Amino acid sequence: MKDKLIEGIVENVLQGRRNKDDEGIEEENIGEPGVAELVQEALDNGIDTNTILLEGLSKGMEQVGQKYETGEYFIPDMLTAAEAVEAGMTVMEPYLAGEGTSEGKGKVIMATVEKDLHDIGKNLVSIMLKGAGFNVVDLGIDVPAARIVEAAEEENADLVGLSALLNTTMVNMEDVVKELEKKGLRDKIKVIIGGAPTSDDFASEIGADGYGKDAFAAIRVAEELLKAGGNK
Amino acid sequence: MSQRGVVVAKPYERLSREQVELINRTSLDILKSPGILCYHEESVSLLEKAGAKVKATREGEHDAWWVSIPEKAVRQALDTAPSKVTLGARNPENQVIMDAEETRVHFGSGSETNYWLEVEPETFVSKQDGREQVFPVMKKSRGNVSYLCRSAHLANNLENLDFFIRNVNVQDEDITTDNKDVNVFFASLNNITKPVIGGIADFEQLEKVVNMAEIIAGGKEELIKNPVTSFITSVIKSPLQVVAETAEKLIAIARMGLPVVISTSPQGGSTAPIDEMGMVAQVNAEALTGIVINQLANPGAPVIYGAVPVRARMDDLHDMYGVPEFCHYNMACAQMARYYKVPCYSTAGVGDAKVPGVQAAVEKMFTYSAVPFAAPDLIHYAFGLLDKTQTFSPEQAVLDNHQIGMVKFLHRESGVNAEAADKTKQIVEEVMNSPYRMYARYARKMLRRGGVFGGFPFEGENDDQDQTLLKLNERFRQLEEVEPQHLPEDICSRIFEQTPGLLPRLNPYA
Ligand code: B12
Repeated sequence: MKDKLIEGIVENVLQGRRNKDDEGIEEENIGEPGVAELVQEALDNGIDTNTILLEGLSKGMEQVGQKYETGEYFIPDMLTAAEAVEAGMTVMEPYLAGEGTSEGKGKVIMATVEKDLHDIGKNLVSIMLKGAGFNVVDLGIDVPAARIVEAAEEENADLVGLSALLNTTMVNMEDVVKELEKKGLRDKIKVIIGGAPTSDDFASEIGADGYGKDAFAAIRVAEELLKAGGNK
Repeated sequence: MSQRGVVVAKPYERLSREQVELINRTSLDILKSPGILCYHEESVSLLEKAGAKVKATREGEHDAWWVSIPEKAVRQALDTAPSKVTLGARNPENQVIMDAEETRVHFGSGSETNYWLEVEPETFVSKQDGREQVFPVMKKSRGNVSYLCRSAHLANNLENLDFFIRNVNVQDEDITTDNKDVNVFFASLNNITKPVIGGIADFEQLEKVVNMAEIIAGGKEELIKNPVTSFITSVIKSPLQVVAETAEKLIAIARMGLPVVISTSPQGGSTAPIDEMGMVAQVNAEALTGIVINQLANPGAPVIYGAVPVRARMDDLHDMYGVPEFCHYNMACAQMARYYKVPCYSTAGVGDAKVPGVQAAVEKMFTYSAVPFAAPDLIHYAFGLLDKTQTFSPEQAVLDNHQIGMVKFLHRESGVNAEAADKTKQIVEEVMNSPYRMYARYARKMLRRGGVFGGFPFEGENDDQDQTLLKLNERFRQLEEVEPQHLPEDICSRIFEQTPGLLPRLNPYA
């Protein structure tokens, strides 16, 4: 029973099926339980959240990553799988809260900075971070520095991820760092940045902690920073 | 039904119906007067029986005849010429089934280059900073039988190549007029399971080549049903002259009932008028002449309207392939052939450039994007040809295969229909109500079904260097490793027994 449920979760992550209404890569499975239903069933059967997370959701995502590396899977498959993981996480949230581990790998605030409307890359990063087990709060586009910092404080975030696609808006990233400093939050909250005009150098220049050239780098950098830097 | 090639749903009609009829009329007028100059006696008597007016003359050392071909002889030939012609193949699934009333376009190779040009990666050290970098160095060799075998094997593995015309001339020391044809056809047929089309250099070899093909097909009748090899005869020397030896081959092939391409290649500006009206009227008259002789020799014999009109280069009168006029000529000819309901053999994708690179890519992509819009049945010269057909480059052929894949993809159906419209509304609704408003999820099915084009597979990693040629070389090397699909051993040994002149080194079982 347990093995079958966990296997089903892995398989449905691979198929990118959030719930029973989704079709997978193969068409015939609409109506069959997806990740949300299977996670619920697993919980109802007393399987612990850690097992569901590690042996089900994360393992599925790991396999998706391998398939991407060998060229069998593409970005749409990754995104879809990440969405399925997110659906599973949503079901688990109340249980995790009960166990006091609701933040998963850590809490991340994502935003595209003020005056910038580009969000395809930022969304990709958000979805993939969620798929990797982070708890992501996405504030959307054109978000002023003050609002980002306010949300980070309210949400008790570990990390702020900023996106900018214009060289006229990337400067607004520095405001976020300064605002965090002003509020005395800079020690507790790491900042990572990304978007085409930004770079490693620019990140150091504005005092951010890391830069990611794509969504995979975003996960890598986030994991390193939260491992190294005093995740509560 | 043939699955090879690609259907061009709505062929581009460059010429209006009136213009097509005007060209037809002009060609018929030209065939009447001045008529053609024919060097082949048997053709002359066939044409005379069909009502042509004939006047003997001398051209230098040769007997020749001015032949005024009447319209009714042309009509008669077009009536008997079939609109459906099948190019057979060792693997019958690879047959190319042509129907002049349909618009399926097939791509193939050609034609007898003197040189084989290969990439050899070499490491260089920068004088600026001592950094090592690999560059593609080009190595050019004279064509030989071994290169021909390699190119046929390569062609077998290029998924967008639909038919094979030998693309390297064999210049080995032990190749003579007496054994060239048999070796060329054997080298081709033993390495490819797709249709083979080729010219015969020496009339005496025709029977031996056909015998070889019969052994492969499994008999005379079987060869007619599945002609594993078809022929090309360049029966016309432009302007408007019928060559004796080729006419003889054309008649013999027609009587055997095997498919034959009437290929005529006038050069606009030297051997034909340079303007579209003049060029197409003449090349059309020339192609019609070949069809008439073919049908007089054997009414109903499978024949293909082959026009290879090129433009002259104005500084040296060499052929020029990568220019807009080349597309005009060829697109118009495809329209003429469709008007006559005879399958059409056309041309695209030759690089005037000497080596693969920017110039070659520009020229090739230009013509093999444009010409298929006119939907000729066959497009030859499309793989690896450079230096105005002087040079074959296997790496270029690999790239051409990719570019032709793009062209084939371009002509896919749109998928616009009522069911798709409903699906669209449903998906838009779903996405608009989802957190990130992303369609990525819905791209997966298209992706899996091969509905999403893969992009450029030969992209390099370096920021400061175009590595395409190096990548193409890697791919070519991989393809060379693919197990060859040789003829079975018993067939090979029968062919070697019955075909004097075959080089023993070509026998894969020796
Ligand atoms: C799509 C697009 C738009 C769309 C945006 C749609 C949308 N929903 O986002 C629209 C049409 C709205 C748009 C508008 C404009 N655009 Co625009 N746009 C683009 C374009 C073509 C692609 C961006 C994109 O989505 N890329 C795909 C994603 C997947 O890549 P990405 O964003 O880089 O994200 C990846 C990484 O950077 C990284 N990443 C991104 N964010 C983050 C965050 C973190 C924390 C981390 C770790 C990593 C990370 O990971 C992502 C995934 O791999 C770019 C061209 C380009 N080459 O970037 C121009 C571009 C960014 N746009 C440009 C311009 C000029 C504009 C306009 C000003 C045009 C105008 N005159 O109106 C407006 C500005 C609107 C505004 N105020 O923001 C310029 C910017 C020039 C500059 N140097 O500043 C560009 C570069 C085009 C160009 N070459 O001119 N644009």
